[in-house]
Amino acid sequence: MRSVPFLIGAAVFLTAAVTAAFVVRNEYVFFAGFVILQFIVLATAWNILGGYAGYVNFGTSAFVGVGIYTAVAVFKYAGAPLYLQMLAAAAVGAALGLGVGLLTLRLRGIFFSIATVAVTIIAETLITNWKFVGGATGVQLLRPPPTAPFESYIKMLFVVVAVLVVIAVALARYIQLSGVGRGLRAVRDDEVAAECSGVPTLKLKLLACAISGALMSAAGAPAAMYLQFADPVSAFNLNYSVSALAMSLIGGTAHWIGPVLGAILLATTQQFLTVTISSEVNVLVLGVMLVLFVVGAPDGIIGLAKRAWQRWGRR
Amino acid sequence: MALRLTASAIDARYGAVRALNGASIFVESGETVVLLGTNGNGKSTLMKCLMGLVRPVSGSITLEVDGVTHDLTRLPTEEIVGLGVALVPEGRRLFPKLTVEENLMLGAYRRSARERTAANLSFAYDAFPVLAERRKQLAGTMSGGQQQMLAIARALMSSPRLLLVDEPSVGLSPLLVSQTITKIEELKTRFGLTVLMAEQNFHQAVRIADRGYVIVHGEIAFEGKTVDELRSNEIVKQLYLGGA
Repeated sequence: MRSVPFLIGAAVFLTAAVTAAFVVRNEYVFFAGFVILQFIVLATAWNILGGYAGYVNFGTSAFVGVGIYTAVAVFKYAGAPLYLQMLAAAAVGAALGLGVGLLTLRLRGIFFSIATVAVTIIAETLITNWKFVGGATGVQLLRPPPTAPFESYIKMLFVVVAVLVVIAVALARYIQLSGVGRGLRAVRDDEVAAECSGVPTLKLKLLACAISGALMSAAGAPAAMYLQFADPVSAFNLNYSVSALAMSLIGGTAHWIGPVLGAILLATTQQFLTVTISSEVNVLVLGVMLVLFVVGAPDGIIGLAKRAWQRWGRR
Repeated sequence: MALRLTASAIDARYGAVRALNGASIFVESGETVVLLGTNGNGKSTLMKCLMGLVRPVSGSITLEVDGVTHDLTRLPTEEIVGLGVALVPEGRRLFPKLTVEENLMLGAYRRSARERTAANLSFAYDAFPVLAERRKQLAGTMSGGQQQMLAIARALMSSPRLLLVDEPSVGLSPLLVSQTITKIEELKTRFGLTVLMAEQNFHQAVRIADRGYVIVHGEIAFEGKTVDELRSNEIVKQLYLGGA
């Protein structure tokens, strides 16, 4: 019955998101909120492979970009509605994750990370040369009217991504608590020993890669309708990779709540700075915060909280 | 409950380096067989070949279990574990940041072992009371001797019938080596195991052995059908007993 508080939390979160969509008038809140929620999904997805299994993935932007362009392709080809765009993106993301996993997961440590950078470059090059989705110049998209009961498309996107957040976090939490999570932690600690113990390491890593990829692409997909425009350079922006990684590390990788906290903290700060100072400064802030946490709190916010809790308990 | 492990004419390489050169051994139900050799002669490589962690370039490895023959060179490691083979790896290789109990639970990861997890866990704590006391401690923070005990206990969690032990004496004091070897024999009797142990500590290893092999430069240099044959062999005398 460990799940009851989690389920209540998820229900409260969803209710709040839906209520906000009908109560709050200011559209900007949803513009900013969409980005924050999107990063919660990305960081959570990154952590399944990067945190639990210790396979540092620099390819988040590849999965986001592929998600965006899957949405663009099915929208242009068949006028598919938003939820189908996201499902298609999740399927393609899972397939890409599986493919990338099969090709790269035999590599360990830094070699795996380098291979994932290559995936981004390959995917971006392919899209740049695909005329149907606009090639290098990008593609303009015309949003259909929002589905009832939503009055604006942005509010609808916000609620849809909120649902995706719940799905992603629930999956990450399930993995963490199940035998799969135990197996992935063994892979992180000592992969050879894991194999000797009968942990099916390759299968678990492929599973983690596929789930992580599906979530990342699904999170990327609604960005097409959000911006009503897609071009390869921004769809495959390295910023997605760096942010997802930084948010997980800053929040703490050992627990599903870590990436959620990290994403809320960083993405909110970034949105705030973009409005108040400039969009250039937020990249700097990301870097500074990452350095501060790596030096001062290597286990992230979770680690800090744990230490504070222990100190408080001793008194 | 018949079991027979046969490795014949195994060649294994790391790049251009030949680690095993036509090595052949076999182990039968109920035996304790030792694989003797000093550092760098291919003991660990042979153990890894048996577990599917290193694939031989040529040669065959088969495991007969109750009349069914399995080709171990084609099976992934987790399935070899599923057949009832478990390795206590050299240098212990625990999961240092996981607790003692989590380490043990990972030893029972195979579905076939999960049903017996509770029983095996209580066996493990019964056989190694020190692990029960430290079940919530991180494995990496225990002493070398305790870590070796945990490594052995973890291997037993998969309910193996054939236990491979790779150099249990590494990094342990002479007293602990002796205790570890005694423990292996005790567990063998208790769980009806078949044991193949790679060791360079000749005197300790032959204490519990039925027979053994001496491996030199990746080749089986001598096969002793009894412990006495091992003791009186010239190669062994040269390598271990200071004879001319």
